This record gives sequence, C-alpha cells and structure tokens, in this order.
Amino acid sequence: MLTLFIQQVLNGLLDGVYYLLIALGLSLIFSLGGIVNLAHGAFYAIGAYLTIVLAPHIGFGGAIIASPVLVALLGIVIERGLFQRFYRSDPILSLLLTFGLAMVAEQTLRMIFGAPPLSFSIPPELRGQIFVGDFIYSRYRALLLLIAAACVIGLWFLLQRTAFGRVVRAGVQNPDMVGALGISLQPYMMAIAGIGIGLAGLAGVLLAPIYSIHPAMGQEIITPAFVVVVIGGLGSFWGVVVAALMVGLVKGITIGLGFTQWSTAVIYLMMLLVLLFRPRGLFGERIQRFE
Amino acid sequence: MSDQKKTGLSRRQALAGLGVTATGLIASPSIILAQTPDAIRFGHLTPRTGFLGPLGEYGVMAADLAAEEINAAGGINGRKLELLKEDSVNPQTASTKAERMVERDKVACIIGEISSASALTIAQVAGRTKTLFVNTGANSDALRGENCNRYMFHVEHQNSMYVKSCGRALMEQGLVKGKKWFSLTADYAFGHDLLKVAKRFMEANGGQFAADKLVPTDATDFSALLLEIRAAKPDMVISNLAGNQITNFLKQYSEFGLTFPVAGFGFDTALAWAAGKDNFGGIWPCVWHHLIETPGTKTFVAAFTKKYGKPPENQAWGDYMAVKMMAQSMNELKSAETAKILEHLEKGAKFDVLKTREGYFRASDHQLISEMYAITALPAAKVKNQWDLFTSSPPIPGPNESMEVIATQGDEAVCKMS
Repeated sequence: MLTLFIQQVLNGLLDGVYYLLIALGLSLIFSLGGIVNLAHGAFYAIGAYLTIVLAPHIGFGGAIIASPVLVALLGIVIERGLFQRFYRSDPILSLLLTFGLAMVAEQTLRMIFGAPPLSFSIPPELRGQIFVGDFIYSRYRALLLLIAAACVIGLWFLLQRTAFGRVVRAGVQNPDMVGALGISLQPYMMAIAGIGIGLAGLAGVLLAPIYSIHPAMGQEIITPAFVVVVIGGLGSFWGVVVAALMVGLVKGITIGLGFTQWSTAVIYLMMLLVLLFRPRGLFGERIQRFE
Repeated sequence: MSDQKKTGLSRRQALAGLGVTATGLIASPSIILAQTPDAIRFGHLTPRTGFLGPLGEYGVMAADLAAEEINAAGGINGRKLELLKEDSVNPQTASTKAERMVERDKVACIIGEISSASALTIAQVAGRTKTLFVNTGANSDALRGENCNRYMFHVEHQNSMYVKSCGRALMEQGLVKGKKWFSLTADYAFGHDLLKVAKRFMEANGGQFAADKLVPTDATDFSALLLEIRAAKPDMVISNLAGNQITNFLKQYSEFGLTFPVAGFGFDTALAWAAGKDNFGGIWPCVWHHLIETPGTKTFVAAFTKKYGKPPENQAWGDYMAVKMMAQSMNELKSAETAKILEHLEKGAKFDVLKTREGYFRASDHQLISEMYAITALPAAKVKNQWDLFTSSPPIPGPNESMEVIATQGDEAVCKMS
C-alpha cells in the first residue's frame, strides 16, 4: 500500500509537468502585454495536428522541432496583427479577442481535419517502460520530462541571465520607463509571444502520442493551465513551476488516497484556498500596472 | 398612443423596424425558398460540439445520406424530405430547439441525440407536443425505464444490451465467473447507469469487483489509475468510460505496457480509430459496425464511403436507420400522422436494420430490438488498414434465441408509459 502511495505521489509530480509548458507561455504573455490568452489551448491543438501532418514526412523527431517553430511563427503573426493593438486597452477587449480566436482556430481544425478524433501513436523506438524496483514509468514520458526540464532551464536562462531577459523583466514592471530609456519593447513583445505560443505548440507535439487528438483538445488543457498560473502567481517564473508540480502532487495524493473522482476538483479547491489567503498567487509579484 | 408610450416606440422607429425586417426577408430568399411548402420536414437534433460532437458529426452525415436516398426514390408520399439540422449543445438548449422545431417549423418528427440528459429534455417536449422523437445515440436504461415516454422511440440500444452482449463474449472466454474486475467509470449519468447494469451482471454471473473507480469526465491523464491497476493485479480491466476518455485510456494503457485483458461496456468505433492499431485492444460491444457481412450493411458502407471518403461508424448507423425507418413507416401508412405511426411501431412493424435478422420496436418500452456484436481488437501486425482494426463475433444473441434476451427483463427497468 505504502509503495503504491509513494508511486502515486511521484507520478503526480511528473503529471504536473504536462501543464507547465502551457502555463509558462500563458504567464509570460500576460505579464508582458497584459493579454490573457484564451487562445493558448488552440495553439496546443494546432501543434498536435501539425505533428500528424508532418511526422509521416519528416519523422516524429523532425516534428518535435518543426511544429513548435511553425506554431511560434503563427504566434508572431498573430501578435503583430492582433495582440499588439490591445496591449494598452481594457483587458476585456483582449479577452474577447482571444476567446474569438480560440473558436476560430477550433472550427478551422474541424473544417480541415473533421470532427472525429485522429490517431497518432508513440514511435516504436520510444515505446517501452522503465522499471526501478517496484516503480514503473513510461520511457516516452521520461523523454517528455527531459524535454520539459530543458525548456524550463532554457527559458530561465534566457530571462535571468541575458540582456534580452533583462529588458523583458524591466518591461514587465515598467514598460514606460523602458520606453523612456530609448528601448522599444515591440521586438521583445513579439519574441515573447513567439516563445510562449511556440511552447504551447511543443506541448501539442509531445502530448499527441498519449492523448486523444480532436479539435476541442485545447479546451481540455487550458483551464488547468490557468489554474497553475493563478496558483503560482502572475509574473513569477518559479511560481508557475512550483504550482505545476504542486497541482500534480495534490492530484497524485488524492488518487493515492483512493478519491479518484475528486482528482480534478481538488486542483480548483486548491486554487480557491490560495486565492483566499494570497490573492496574487503563491509567488505573485506586485505589478503596478495590474493593481 | 398609450401602447406606444409604454414600449417607448415612436411611429418612425416602428416603421424603420418594419423596413429592416422586410429587407431581411427579401435578403434571405434562400431560407424561404428552402422551405418548400410541399416538403415534409424532419428535425435532426444532436450534439455537434463538445465531447460528443465527433460522434454527432457522423450522425449528421448519415442522416443527410438517408434523406438523399429517400428523395432519390421519390420522397415520402410524393413529398420531398427536408432535414432541419441543429446542434443540441446541452439539455436546456436541446429542449428549446426541439420546441422551436415543433412549434415554428412543424417538423413531422425529431431524430437524433447522444447525451442521455439531453434526450430526456427532448422527450419531455415530444411528450408535451405529441411529436415523435427517435433517440439515436443515448444509452441509459433510465430513458427506457423510469423516464420512458409514449412519444420516444430508441434506435440506440440500451446499456443493458451493451453489457449483456459483451458479457456473453466474456463468459465464453471464462473471464467472468470467479474473476476479479477492475472497473473505471465515467463520473456522470451515463457512466453511473452503465456501472449499475455491469454490477448486476457480475453479481448474477459469479464475478466480483477488485476495485471500481469513478473518473472525472475532464480527466485526460490515466497514469495514476494505471499504477493502481498494476498494483491490484485484476483478472480483467473494465471500461465504463465515455467518448475521448476511452481513446486516452487505450493509448496510455498500451504506453504503460499493461497486459491484463481489457473489455468495455460502452463503445463507439470512432474511438478505436482514434486510438489507432498500435493502441487499440480488448473486447467491446457494438450495436453495429462497418464489417458486418450483410447486403444491407455493404450497400450502406459503400454509399457512405463514396460520399464522405471514410466508412461510417456506429453512430452513423443509428441516425441513418432512424431517418429511413420513419420515412418507410410514413410511406407504408401513406400518412405522416403521429398517432398512426405510433400505433404502427407499437404493433411491431419489422425493419431491415442492415443485420442478419429484422428489427422491431418493443411495445413495452419502445426499445428497438435487434442483434448486437462483440468486437475483438486485432494485433497490430494483422491490421491491414486504419479502419478494419477488429474482428467481430457472430450476431448476439444466436439465431435460435429470442432477440429480447439481451434487453432489460422484468423489473430490471420498469416503464410506465404516460
């Protein structure tokens, strides 16, 4: 019993990582531009569908690189064409915009690929399980974990250790001051939208072999991803990471204790508690312009 | 004048409003023309978005095909058949739209639905307005039992029929008596109803549950449950899941390399196609599938594949049959009058349901009685194309048995028609 419980806790920790790639992008785009991107799940779905299209030609390995890049380019086009017009307007407008975008994307996928779900499997060379004592884990998920960890570290490095990251962090706190110093935030906004949306595309590729691929798949993941962002605190990089792990952990413990039917409700309960006691989220920073 | 003051509407505004309305009418001649005065209308109401949307889409395609074939053969009593198609969305919207179809569009009957909850609200409208509703995809026994309704007929087979036909296949393989099942159940009305029937079947046939877990409908990751299953070492894993959950479960079950036999009590072929040959496994019940070796099925599959470029799945069969059976009844009776059709169906009119034996509606609860099938997944190496992923049992029940043996019996579901 105890070993199973420990397995559930460990598995839960890994479970949260699937939300992380989506949540990080959401958090970045919101903190810099003030846009709550409800269409983020749609980019995840586009990433998954692109994998189905590309993998037969360039292999799954090729799709892991090509799909997120294409999704990122699409993200940049949308940032230039639409998002940038809403950075300084009432948040309700960008909510409406991205809500509309999400619907357009979902219907477009439905028109092109049809409503029934499509099949895609783990490539044979990545199939199999890892056994450590009594613990079992899927080889594919282990790879997924490594890629997600590499993304988190890469992103942290980019934001904390490069000149690019310094401007972005300054832009989050005080865009006017950055402007006054003669730095145009525009290319940074564009790059962050590209990276954030590209990460959603990457999540789409990585989860396509293990989840059902259908036009509304974005809706399935966007809500828990938002919960992660809210629990972690807007604008906090590590907050999002910690929250993703916590959400997975709490889910794992709930299932380990035998309350499977509560496994999704419990994360909303957790969000409620966090919001009651820390309205900015666990590690949320005070961002003047959002107060 | 006092009226105008109450509504705050000036004469000028009223005129402008009329003008706009008139322009609207002129600008939409296609809508007016489409409603040929002489045509007979069927309402088609089924979920086209949300987690049942993918199945609903098959229903829509098949209903269109049926209408096309009916019109090519001369229509219904010389009148053209027109389908009014709507997305039922959820129980509230389904009810509103059903009401509008009956009151405004004067449909002869309503066909469709997959969600048991929405089917119930449509049935209430049907009962109130005395309009026929043919349920093509909602399974719950309750719809045929405590919630049954004189104006509702069920082409879709009830949960009990799914459980008993798959259960028979499992008994033949010795997977029931004295065996431990680990069941996963979708945590909503359909799943609960299915679990209840499955438990009844297990108790009656000497099996037991190692564990029975309720899974939230929005859960996409099954890894935690797979660990539980692995630790419990059951003789069999049973899915009472629904929709995309089944695909997710199958994909991840194969990912974790678990080898306990899998079976399920609720199923749609589209979910097997979505799982793909590498992941699809187990034994599942089917009300109909595209590999049935009968002339009727072959013709239907060929026509559907020609029109849409892919074979029909079982939801397509349901809607196709419903439209065809309504049209056939009206043609035979030379009338579209609800009371006459109801009597005709209750008297046990026979229909070619594309299977070996003809089907009929049971008068006691309006359930279509026809054969079912248990399908078994083929190993990936033996699969020749993306559609033919399984082999099928012969029709269940066998040729010498009454077809009603798989349906609810006696007090399993009691229907009192109002």
